[in-house]
Amino acid sequence: MSRSTLSVLVEDKPGVLARVASLFSRRGFNIESLAVGPTEIPDVSRMTIVVNVADLPLEQVTKQLNKLINVLKIVELEPDSSVQREIMLVKVKADLDTRSHILETVQLFRAKVVDVANDAVTIEATGAHDKLEALLRVLEPFGIKELVKSGLVAMGRGPRSISDRSLRPVDRTT
Amino acid sequence: MSEQITGAQSLVKALEAADVDVVFGIPGGAILPAYDPLMDSTKVRHILVRHEQAAGHAAEGYASATGRVGVCMATSGPGATNLVTPIADAHMDSVPMVAITGQVPSAAIGTDAFQEADIRGITMPITKHNYLVTNPDEIPRAIAEAFHLASSGRPGPVLVDISKDALQAMTHFAWPESLDLPGYHPVTRPHSKQIREAARMILSARQPVLYVGGGVIRAGASGSLRRLAELTGIPVVTTLMARGAFPDSHVLHLGMPGMHGTVAAVGALQKSDLLITLGARFDDRVTGKLSTFAPNAAVIHADIDPAEIGKNRVADIPIVGDVAEVIPELITAIEAEMGSGTTPDYAAWWAQLNRLRDTYPLGYDLPADGSLSPQYVIQRLGQISGPESIFTAGVGQHQMWAAQYITYEHPATWLNSGGLGTMGYAVPAAMGAKVGRPEATVWAVDGDGCFQMTNQELATCTINEIPIKVALINNESLGMVRQWQTLFYNERYSNTDLHSHRFPDFVKLAEAYGCYGLQCEKAEDVDSVIERALSLNDAPVVIDFRVHKDAMVWPMVAAGTSNDDIMVARAMAPEWGSDD
Repeated sequence: MSRSTLSVLVEDKPGVLARVASLFSRRGFNIESLAVGPTEIPDVSRMTIVVNVADLPLEQVTKQLNKLINVLKIVELEPDSSVQREIMLVKVKADLDTRSHILETVQLFRAKVVDVANDAVTIEATGAHDKLEALLRVLEPFGIKELVKSGLVAMGRGPRSISDRSLRPVDRTT
Repeated sequence: MSEQITGAQSLVKALEAADVDVVFGIPGGAILPAYDPLMDSTKVRHILVRHEQAAGHAAEGYASATGRVGVCMATSGPGATNLVTPIADAHMDSVPMVAITGQVPSAAIGTDAFQEADIRGITMPITKHNYLVTNPDEIPRAIAEAFHLASSGRPGPVLVDISKDALQAMTHFAWPESLDLPGYHPVTRPHSKQIREAARMILSARQPVLYVGGGVIRAGASGSLRRLAELTGIPVVTTLMARGAFPDSHVLHLGMPGMHGTVAAVGALQKSDLLITLGARFDDRVTGKLSTFAPNAAVIHADIDPAEIGKNRVADIPIVGDVAEVIPELITAIEAEMGSGTTPDYAAWWAQLNRLRDTYPLGYDLPADGSLSPQYVIQRLGQISGPESIFTAGVGQHQMWAAQYITYEHPATWLNSGGLGTMGYAVPAAMGAKVGRPEATVWAVDGDGCFQMTNQELATCTINEIPIKVALINNESLGMVRQWQTLFYNERYSNTDLHSHRFPDFVKLAEAYGCYGLQCEKAEDVDSVIERALSLNDAPVVIDFRVHKDAMVWPMVAAGTSNDDIMVARAMAPEWGSDD
């Protein structure tokens, strides 16, 4: 099993998210994270899907995804050749004793405090999955009151765009 | 600017533009606006069925018999949900079908309105694609796309759900000149490098088999398959969905592989060193326990659906393409190889296979008590009615016997529910096939269990002058389930006895529906009753063949076991002999 990041370009049509999500579940795949939003092309949305699967089932699920009429293109983004980011908001207990420690941690991770209350601070952090996990581990002892994370978004490095014809989709069998 | 018409009129015009000649359906509240202009159409014939499930299976039967897109129509809610089974069936067996459903008015969608069901959501996993149309201007495009999607690439069902207000509102009809489907590009032309490699592999193999699936029938590639087989002399097996893709009388044909396949066909796959897979999908009913399937074989896998390639079995040479294009290109490449001096030698292979074929032909024992043998009835039916007839079947023992004991010589003469295994398919599918091919004799070979799921369509057949013939293999039980209870559940027959030698009286039932009702319980009467049924063409005919209930389907590969463990009969394994 390994973690894979798929970027899926889809037509922005009603029901397309349900089609993609239900395909994963009925073929027995657990989606670890999913982010959807607009792209540089009008009426085309981009889904970034993180799944934890072995290679062969991943090939099967991308082939099945490609059969969805509203799916335009699927590209697997490798961690080394792409920028992958998540955003996290975390509300941490912070009294007078701990507040300065927390603020120090926030600085170390290049995160920022976006809301302050008497006994809590809310921190916004952006980064790769592992960095956010590390930040959470450090914050955990202070007491995490609430946590929300976005799905991962990712983009290939270099000058080429996912919508370039030259970028090879993952589905081609021949 | 074209004249203003209603969305409903636009729908009927769109169906006419899509060249639809028949629709099977039932009206109801939400679809009602469409039925008004449909009454005036001189091109589209609507056949009023008695249950929407039958509308769907009739559309499938029509499509499978003619190669055209079958069309069914239903109202919202329960009308639409009754189509779910045939839609799922068409999806599994790649049947080109368009289902049109009415939906509650768009303002009521999501309010749990009367007869509301989210049929687009419900059918997402079982359609090739589906639409919810709430804007009347979008009706023609949705219909045009639906027919294109259903019939191109890997065929399948497409559902178009149209809200009642869209049917009632005014619009202009404009049939789209081109379709804009940027995410849909089925690959039909195979890659030439793969073809050349496949040709070389075929000629260097010692024990190749042409493993032929239903895709060959859907593609209309039977003629070129025959040329390929005859050019190379490679043995052919045809799966349940491919019966008729290659003539049964042909010397190169080893019959059907799979759970109830012939020993020769199953053995050929198991001993093969190369499977040339054409429009087949390594279904579990063919492979048996997958890890022991054809263990020494390399695999060439040609299919129009890239997702089928490598799904169950890794392909050494994957070929994405329409088998109607793949096979001729393979022939050309093989001829080129042969021209440069490579000739295949399959003599030793054929010696091995002929021994299996001669030693283990399909066969059955006549019941010791003198009662009627179901296999004998089906065999005689095929022989007397002949290979120009179309046969449909339900699901179960009678289906397997009809696949085994009827000799198919032509594609699209054997229609059945292979993937989904839908009991009740036979009668409505026969009705659809007869509508599409009125000149053909169409037999529904049905079981007494299956028949009681959809026999209400005999009324439709009688009233609409669709004279199908039903050979009811009445073993008074859910025979296949009973067979499994015999073999795997210590003969404890839990809920499989239908008592259908007592109730219903099938002859009276047939007559009540305006059909001829015949009955037969002796072997010596079988020929005459079939001949009598063939002579009656002014109404449907039902023959109640009262057969022995302990007859079993053999050979058999028990579910989940290896094909190597095929049993020729109970507790009787074949002798495979030496491999060379």
